[in-house]
Amino acid sequence: MKLGVLFSGGKDSIFACYKAMGGDIHQDEDRDGVIDINRISDGNIGTGKNTDKNTVICLITLISENEDSYMFHTPNISRTALAAEAMGLPLITWPTRGEKEEELEDLKDAIAEAVKRYGIEGVVTGAIESIYQAARVQKICRDIGIWCFNPIWQVDQVDYLKLLLSRGFHVIITGVFAYPFDESWIGTRLNEDKVKELERLQKRHQINPSGEGGELETFVLDGPIFHKRIEILRSRKSYDNYRGHLDIEEACLADKLVDESVDR
Amino acid sequence: MILVVDLCWKKNSLSRPEFVDPVASALRKAGAEIKVLHYSELTSDRSSKQLYRDLLECDGAVLCGTAIQDNFYAVEMDKFSWIKDHNYRKPLLGICAGMQVIASAFGGKIIPRPAIGMEKVDIIKDTELLGEPRQIEGYHLHSYGATVPKGFHLVAGFYHKADAFVHERRPIYGLIFHPEVRNRWILQKFMELVPNH
Repeated sequence: MKLGVLFSGGKDSIFACYKAMGGDIHQDEDRDGVIDINRISDGNIGTGKNTDKNTVICLITLISENEDSYMFHTPNISRTALAAEAMGLPLITWPTRGEKEEELEDLKDAIAEAVKRYGIEGVVTGAIESIYQAARVQKICRDIGIWCFNPIWQVDQVDYLKLLLSRGFHVIITGVFAYPFDESWIGTRLNEDKVKELERLQKRHQINPSGEGGELETFVLDGPIFHKRIEILRSRKSYDNYRGHLDIEEACLADKLVDESVDR
Repeated sequence: MILVVDLCWKKNSLSRPEFVDPVASALRKAGAEIKVLHYSELTSDRSSKQLYRDLLECDGAVLCGTAIQDNFYAVEMDKFSWIKDHNYRKPLLGICAGMQVIASAFGGKIIPRPAIGMEKVDIIKDTELLGEPRQIEGYHLHSYGATVPKGFHLVAGFYHKADAFVHERRPIYGLIFHPEVRNRWILQKFMELVPNH
């Protein structure tokens, strides 16, 4: 099945992409082939045609003018083009004013464009807990008549962060938007110590360790599905009263570091 | 041991992490021993003793949901004949597609009933699984629902639009909403209904 991934450059959309490409899927995969499902007598139930083999064919990014968008990740969203290039995938960027509900029509248009341009048959999202986001994407996919996949849906967030690190993803924190995150979090790399700290903050302050509640934003610089890594050349931090972000002003692609290379 | 049955259109599909793994994870965290199998691996054909043993050896089973576009299970109902088999008398919970499969196996109908998102669930009958009558909210993700088959009681919703049902004599439950989302306590309750879990 040809898939398009809703893409922010953050860890969740990139890990969902990784899973859609077959990374970390249960290994006792059965044979590839084509299932052509015959519709039953009432003509209503069935799934049409589908292929076993998934191929991520494009990435889809909504560029929101509203930094408080309900649906779309905004810090460093303009850097998704570089991330897509690092992953060797085409990117569809689509503008939206980011106003509640109106932005859903923009998302629908962007997905429809991916169907038209690349023939995608399904959309992949990095939703973990947000019913608001997941339900809206599900409705759009149903209306367009394509599949919707959420491969990290309901995952244990701490286990997920550990898995992300174990698979070789280089993730940095690019935004904090909640108490008790201080300035030191901005621009820092997610590592085992930070995951432990997030686990502790989850117990003490009920934060979502993966930032699903909007507490954190991330950007991925490298990983097993990257052909090149992203190097930040110039950036600027801003922080005030538990809100802050890292603005990546200049970045480029670079060869992967030998000690961080991961088997493809 | 609780058997978690994957009803998605193929084994190890990209839908499994979304519809099967969260159920298995919730049951495991509640303390249950879990085994996950795709429905195509189960059969009540006694000539295939290896596969049938999974059903004989489990203490209860959960039939998971599928993606909204995936209704393939509905054309593979012959694979679910074991549900009505008199040799299978253990607790069974059907979630969404699983509820539809249970309904169909017992003579009910799978009917169009599209819903996506959190919706109110009116519990009208006291059961061990859902407790006393009251209103809760459940996460719905389906194009189809099921009628209440003969021999079952309506537990939540309406007869033509059932949110939950239970067999009159056996511990067989169907839920159209997904308990693994926001209602994991239901999976904990189901586990408590399963002896030797």
